[in-house]
Amino acid sequence: MLSATGSPTVYPEEKAEDLLGPLQEKLCACIQCGTCTASCRNAHLMDFTPRRLWRLVLMGQTEEIFHSKTFALCSACYYCTLRCPRGLPLTDAMNLLKQLGAKKDVAGYRPNARFYGSFLDSVRRHGRINEVEFMRRYFILMKNPAIPIKFTPLGIRLLRKKKISMLPNKRKPEYPLDQFFQRVEKLENQQ
Amino acid sequence: MKYLYYPGCSLEGTAMEYDISTRALFDVLGIELVEIDGWTCCGASAAEAQSELLSIALPARSLAIAESMGTSIGDILVPCSACYLNLRRAAEETRKDPDLLARVNQVLEPEGLKLQGQKRVRHLLDVLSNDIGAMGLAEHIHTTMARYLVAPYYGCQCLRPYVVFDDPEAPTSMEPLILATGAGVHGWHMATKCCGASLMNIKPEVAQKMVAAILSGARGADAIVTVCPMCQVNLEGYQGRISRSAHRDLHLPILYLPQFLGLAMGIDRRALSLEMNLSNLSAFF
Repeated sequence: MLSATGSPTVYPEEKAEDLLGPLQEKLCACIQCGTCTASCRNAHLMDFTPRRLWRLVLMGQTEEIFHSKTFALCSACYYCTLRCPRGLPLTDAMNLLKQLGAKKDVAGYRPNARFYGSFLDSVRRHGRINEVEFMRRYFILMKNPAIPIKFTPLGIRLLRKKKISMLPNKRKPEYPLDQFFQRVEKLENQQ
Repeated sequence: MKYLYYPGCSLEGTAMEYDISTRALFDVLGIELVEIDGWTCCGASAAEAQSELLSIALPARSLAIAESMGTSIGDILVPCSACYLNLRRAAEETRKDPDLLARVNQVLEPEGLKLQGQKRVRHLLDVLSNDIGAMGLAEHIHTTMARYLVAPYYGCQCLRPYVVFDDPEAPTSMEPLILATGAGVHGWHMATKCCGASLMNIKPEVAQKMVAAILSGARGADAIVTVCPMCQVNLEGYQGRISRSAHRDLHLPILYLPQFLGLAMGIDRRALSLEMNLSNLSAFF
């Protein structure tokens, strides 16, 4: 849900506990030691460090959390999870924020959500990723010609090496997973 | 000895040389790799960012197929670190949580599949270093690689969060394998630092700085060896652009571990698909 300016609005129909409840449960033993921040390769680029983000989650500060760039910058290296002295599943917590960011169509997370969404669309159709189809879909969703232009040099090298092909490969086996995805969605909505 | 083999999507596309060289290596070692029939995508880093159940159910599908192929073939061997982590997570989380296992099986059941938790998921590096080992390799090594100094790059997801076969902060499992070829090991601090993974596509300016630090750390080495297709493409795909932004030449050959070991074992360069790599491997021709 978005305002006209593209920034996330408060979610009046949902209380912070409902939205963040499962996450607060995962993080309630956090002692704010900052080992996660010190272990994160991208912390210096984040507006809220991981430690501060966990505090915001526990305080139910939905606005600040979904305005922040923090979870969009997590590259899932698992250093924070490995080192957390409380043994908290911090990378999983980042994943939960990514899932919420995608569901709520949060502006700052939109490129990530579109990238992963395009990936899963291709998997849903073929069972295995079709790299060209997936990237083409991502470029279309992003509506920014500068993005495919940046990828062109690498794309040309991959084409020359015959690692990717612009033509559909008829010989490749297909394992459509549309019904599989539908079953997952149905089961998740039942919860 | 036989393994069930899960190549994963990258190894059919941008990382096909990882698949080709892994198969060539195991062929020489006399170990059979039996590909899992009709395996599907593990979900990569996309499923976990969209849906918790999907991120377990997708890899569980391939695990269940692997189980249906019988107990006569051993563990599941996975060369890609992201696939390895996803398959391993599905196996470990469903073992710990019977409710999750029941939900996953509800998704699998209409396809006639059922996950029971019988198979072990192993990374290629785990199998090479523990099941085969430097001694097992040594008898197949015909060409000394003594003129090369090699930087072992482990990345993240074969080491963390599941601590299985190596120290997740200071790994050493690649070193005996490299030393067995006669090559030297480049001592460095970037062996476990993240390459940026999918941020290279979403936030390239961030990930290219992460890779620049890794390539700078490898200066003095003749090559970096990798055990993950994501690490490989990030380390070798943007070297020109990264060198220009860093104002110094950071070009370096990047090889998959089985390619490097295969060279020492005298396997033909074409059978290792060295021409497929994006970095300049002329030092190895």
